Amino acid sequence: MQQVTLTLTNAVGLHARPAALFVQTAARFRSNITVRNVTRGTPPVNAKAILAVLTLGAEHGHVIEIAAEGPDEADAIAALKALVESRFGEDGG
Amino acid sequence: MSCRLRGLPASPGIAIGPIWWFRRALPAAMRTRGEDAAAERMRLQAAQERAAAELAALRAAQRDRLSPEELAIFEAQELMLRDPELMATVEAELAAGASAEAAWMKAVEAFAAQLMALPDPYFQARAADVRDVGNRVLRHLVGGLEAPAMPDEPVVVAADDLLPSETVSLDPRRVLAFVTEGGGPTAHAAILARRLGVPAVVAIGPDLRTIPEGARVLVDGEAGWVEVEPGSEAVRQAQARRAVWLQERAHAEAVAHEPARTRDGVQIEVAANVGSMEDAREAFQKGADSIGLLRTEFLYLGRAAAPTEEEESAIYRALLEAMGGKPVVVRTLDVGGDKPLPYLPMPPEANPFLGVRGVRLSRQHPDLLRQQLRALLRAGVGFPLRIMFPMVSTVEEIRWLRAFLEEVRSALAAEGFPLPPDLQVGMMVEVPAAALLTEHFLPWVDFFSIGTNDLAQYTLAADRTNPAVAGLADGLHPAVLRLIRHVTAATEGTGKWVGVCGELAGDLLAVPVLIGLGVQELSVNPVRVPEVKATVRRWSMAEARALAEEALRQADAAAVRSLVAEARS
Repeated sequence: MQQVTLTLTNAVGLHARPAALFVQTAARFRSNITVRNVTRGTPPVNAKAILAVLTLGAEHGHVIEIAAEGPDEADAIAALKALVESRFGEDGG
Repeated sequence: MSCRLRGLPASPGIAIGPIWWFRRALPAAMRTRGEDAAAERMRLQAAQERAAAELAALRAAQRDRLSPEELAIFEAQELMLRDPELMATVEAELAAGASAEAAWMKAVEAFAAQLMALPDPYFQARAADVRDVGNRVLRHLVGGLEAPAMPDEPVVVAADDLLPSETVSLDPRRVLAFVTEGGGPTAHAAILARRLGVPAVVAIGPDLRTIPEGARVLVDGEAGWVEVEPGSEAVRQAQARRAVWLQERAHAEAVAHEPARTRDGVQIEVAANVGSMEDAREAFQKGADSIGLLRTEFLYLGRAAAPTEEEESAIYRALLEAMGGKPVVVRTLDVGGDKPLPYLPMPPEANPFLGVRGVRLSRQHPDLLRQQLRALLRAGVGFPLRIMFPMVSTVEEIRWLRAFLEEVRSALAAEGFPLPPDLQVGMMVEVPAAALLTEHFLPWVDFFSIGTNDLAQYTLAADRTNPAVAGLADGLHPAVLRLIRHVTAATEGTGKWVGVCGELAGDLLAVPVLIGLGVQELSVNPVRVPEVKATVRRWSMAEARALAEEALRQADAAAVRSLVAEARS
């Protein structure tokens, strides 16, 4: 299993377009991927389910933890990390 | 027992009839138990596929009109439709013997409730998106129609507010009036009501919900109230007033092609706002003296590439011809972050209404403006063409625009094109700064046309697309009237003219106030032309001036409205 802990620095957190991008990215991989909101202390949820990701209520500044387990777990973590660190492609955050 | 609910008057007229609630949510009768899990699962899948196709089509069709944020919501809804966690909940319900619709709605509601429980309003708002997706699938499951079917007999349509796509689904022949909980005089329901010529009262508030389906109501779209279960005497009086109103309207249409002169003989130009060829034909037919505002966005929106100069010029020529030699005020492209063009990249803005729009955008894309001006000047030969620039806020901008226009003119002349000899050039007054400095803009223009929708929203700091504050942006607010007066006072005696092309010009209560303030041209929705002309004819300039003076001294828009209502009776 691979894991990464990240801080959301984009403007709206995991909401609307960022949440959609996050879920679409996760869905490209075969591994089981979960994400939890460390700041809010939520249990991990399915990172390929948009409703589950929205219910994390992950806002700007919150810390999230992503975990992947499966054949392409390293690639999955790398892709999701890059997405979050690029602030989901938002200009100026 | 009757009770009267107050709102904002949004379209004049009187109507009596049963309330019909425009409800988006669906059938009360829903099967809760399913046949067998496999059959129910197949029904649900078929419904989800149809809903997904609808969403994708909606997103594609609206791409040019929606903000990136709105598009993201549609995209997220498509993902919600095939959310594995949602489907896991549905599966559990199906396995327990629930019907497809019951299992689906239970799962949807469970997630909506979780989202509602989050502290951040951004996330809470997503609950509405989930429920919206839920209802979309449910409609396909229970075979309901896309929009609620209207009853056969004419009704008073009640709603919280109506979306543009929803107003389209209504049969205008069966709409007696509109009454809405939210919205303002520039909300979609209000605009539709004025177009149909039926009364509307908006922003009534949550009390509206206390009116049960089918209850008889009396709607006064001029005073802005709704009476529930009116007594027989009130109904008799209202019916008499309605008969007079309908008769006056018929008479107004009969004489719509005559000029509109006040009782003491001052002619007011009653023009039309148009945004397409069909609008222009309607304007001509309804008796408009001219086109006071031709919105040119229709040439640019909903296409992948900008039109060519030849295409543009041919369309302008056809429009000028359709108006049979009457003057046409053409507004140059007026887009911004709130209505972006696919071939004109615009960075997202936090406040598009305060961002790069109108001439601010034109200056960033001078090629687009140059081509539009070339096309206009080429089409305008032999016609009374007037060119108008939108969203001018500084004198420097109008000087730049005039210099740019001169450049285009000389270039065309050098290429051997004939030019319109009596071209008029004007600007819109939408920004309070422009209204306050009218005298400095005067040397650069032949006319001013006041865009009261934007002028009101900028003066009152109230976003007219936000239902929570749209009601504040009333053009009859004395602060807005004082700005209009500033423009007319500075223009008096210069031989130049002032018009109004916002919604306010078509508001019959505002007509005497505006002409009393010295406005010489009122540009309105084509269907409003006959009644606006009839209203002009009812007043003398002396009366209108006295009324306007009084209106300028009021403290708020409501006081101005009651002042005019009293003066008329």
